[in-house]
Amino acid sequence: MSFVTIFYGISFYVATLILFIGLGYRIYEYSIIPSPLKIPTPPAPKTKSGVAIRLFREVVFFESLFSATKWTWLFGWLFHFALLLAALRHLRYFTDPVWFWVSWEIVQAAGHYAGYMMVFGLIGLLARRIFVDRVRYISNPSDYLMLILIIAIAVTGLLMKWFHTDIYAVKMFFIGLMYFQWSELPSDFILLLHLSLVLLLMIIFPYSKLLHAPGLFFSPTRNQTDNARDQRHISDWAKKLESKK
Amino acid sequence: MAVKEFEKPILKEYTPIPKLVEEATSHLAPFKSKEEFQKSLGYPGELVENWEEVALDKMGDLLKKYRSLRVYMDSCIQCGACTDKCHYYLGTKDPNNMPVGRQNLMRGVYRKHFTLPGKFFPKLVGAVDLTKEVLDDWYSYYHQCSQCRRCAVFCPIGIDTAEISMAAREIMDSVGVGQKYCNEIIGKANKIGNNLGLPKPALADTLEGLEEDVEEETGIDVKFPLDVKGADVLLITPSADFFAEPHVDGLIGYAKVFHEAGISWTLSSYASEAANFGMFIGSYDNMRKLALRIREAALELGVKRIVFGECGHAWRVAYSFLNTLAGPFDFLDPRYPVPQHICEVTHDLINKNILKFDKSANDGKVITFHDSCNVARASGMGDVMGGQFSLPRDIIKATTNNFYDMDDDTIMEKTFCCGGGGGLLTDDLIELRMKGAQPRMEALKRVVEDHGVTHMAAICAICKSQFSKAFQYYGFELDQIISLHQLVGDALIMTKK
Ligand code: SF4
Ligand code: SF4
Repeated sequence: MSFVTIFYGISFYVATLILFIGLGYRIYEYSIIPSPLKIPTPPAPKTKSGVAIRLFREVVFFESLFSATKWTWLFGWLFHFALLLAALRHLRYFTDPVWFWVSWEIVQAAGHYAGYMMVFGLIGLLARRIFVDRVRYISNPSDYLMLILIIAIAVTGLLMKWFHTDIYAVKMFFIGLMYFQWSELPSDFILLLHLSLVLLLMIIFPYSKLLHAPGLFFSPTRNQTDNARDQRHISDWAKKLESKK
Repeated sequence: MAVKEFEKPILKEYTPIPKLVEEATSHLAPFKSKEEFQKSLGYPGELVENWEEVALDKMGDLLKKYRSLRVYMDSCIQCGACTDKCHYYLGTKDPNNMPVGRQNLMRGVYRKHFTLPGKFFPKLVGAVDLTKEVLDDWYSYYHQCSQCRRCAVFCPIGIDTAEISMAAREIMDSVGVGQKYCNEIIGKANKIGNNLGLPKPALADTLEGLEEDVEEETGIDVKFPLDVKGADVLLITPSADFFAEPHVDGLIGYAKVFHEAGISWTLSSYASEAANFGMFIGSYDNMRKLALRIREAALELGVKRIVFGECGHAWRVAYSFLNTLAGPFDFLDPRYPVPQHICEVTHDLINKNILKFDKSANDGKVITFHDSCNVARASGMGDVMGGQFSLPRDIIKATTNNFYDMDDDTIMEKTFCCGGGGGLLTDDLIELRMKGAQPRMEALKRVVEDHGVTHMAAICAICKSQFSKAFQYYGFELDQIISLHQLVGDALIMTKK
């Protein structure tokens, strides 16, 4: 077992733990904090299924963002959609035998071109951050670095097209990690860079604004039903006030 | 502290997105509340010695009590989609008046004290300590937010800056830094029953005067009952309705509606206020205390229904919170929602053909309608989605011949605040109020020019007062702002003596 293999093997275990435990803990925290008051924004659905449709439209189409600013919507949506396609393509590294639809040409090709789309979208977002005075004002170093990090992940991913890597060995490495039967990771520079950046992203996820992903589902303005008059909505801590007197 | 002169904005055809000007309104902050008023609300009278510690404790407490606050502190992507959505940014150009700029004043402190990256890499993530300067910025800019929630409509995550402003004000109150205007008013409402401090005899007098006026004008004996036990409807209306112009014409309108429909109703001297400033200062306790007066009055008078008059944030507290704060209302008539808005009552009576109108009575007017933020973005009406937009418009169309809406991106859920909501309707913030009114004034100017609009109807006491000032300031006429129920009252065909 080479040092590289051991190092990355352990790192992926650690990063995966941080990602899942960290994110799981955040979701747990969010779920136990009450929403004492009804604060949905219009168009506020009256039923739970209405809320599900609303969230679906927010997650899939970024509807609110669309009504706010077309450029940010365009770049943001392209980036996220590309991320999804790229993730699907990468499933082939984690399934053995590869799920049949993952190996479809269309999924693989879309995942590849999505890499370019992702870079395009991210550069658009970065440009807005740099050139629109209002967005520049609110940007912290971490906001730029986050974009640069994901751009670098996408670019190193795309570069592997030219700097050849034994992807079968890469796959065996990950499958090995999953089933605790380690196998060697090729030590190509671009690959290692790509993986290092992904590791970094996994680790910072639960500690960064990437929490907007679970956050949307817990956002009371979006996930509440508009039925305050029909059904009494009361949190535990507010109930205690009532029993006091 | 005198209020400084400031440059008057020029109304443009469309509201442009201004280039930001740092510190443009950092000099604006409302007067601070005096010790006695702080204390009467259960807050320290002045800045406590270990205020930083107390403030952070309070913040930690609120982060555990309000999911909105916690999730919104964590989830902002700093995408900038909200940056041009606040009327105060558009009017003042101050970047701390961009919704996310305003949020970041608290988010910096949150990151520093409640997150790991903020502890270890403060520079990287913009984490800051809660210093006196930061507290001053909070006081200034969290009182430059009318809690109108326009930003929340556009944010991809639904981050509601109003939730953050409310939390900030609650934290500041808890260390002894309160706002004079709001806290004095809450004190009066707690003591006397309304924000104006109008005691029962004065209120009875005023109502009697109104009865005489209406009788003189119409020859009909329309009653304005007070503390009548056993009435069907308890009307809770903003105290401004009792004598401020144009509010009082709205009250006359409601009285005519009840009279014509034969609904017995009463006002309460104990709960003679619809407004609930407890919401503005983000205090669940104070909001609840004020709301309970309404429950007590309803029980005491033995009414069957509760109806609210025209008031924006009051309707938010009524529609969205009242059941939570002071419910359950199982002692009222279950056939009606609790509470109801006067527009719901009127709309229903129109649909049932009980009210008839002579629209020509309003022919001298060309009307547009201002959606008040708290009605538009924080409550509903009727049982259809968007009823808060359609019901008032239906009523206007039933009572007038000439109605034109303002531009789409300035009405309904995208409506612009009047500039005076959220507890900012005070003269010490006049610069902010006038600048914040600019986007609404520009939209109004367009319908005035394009359609000859002469009057703007509103269903909010704060909007009406704010527009009375802003109209004069921007060269409209003061009496161009009217109550929606003035249109109703003026056109209603009165068949009952
Ligand atoms: S739109 Fe929402 S997520 Fe974007 S900067 Fe504003 S508050 Fe943050
Ligand atoms: S709630 Fe209204 S006033 Fe406050 S930041 Fe948002 S848009 Fe501005």
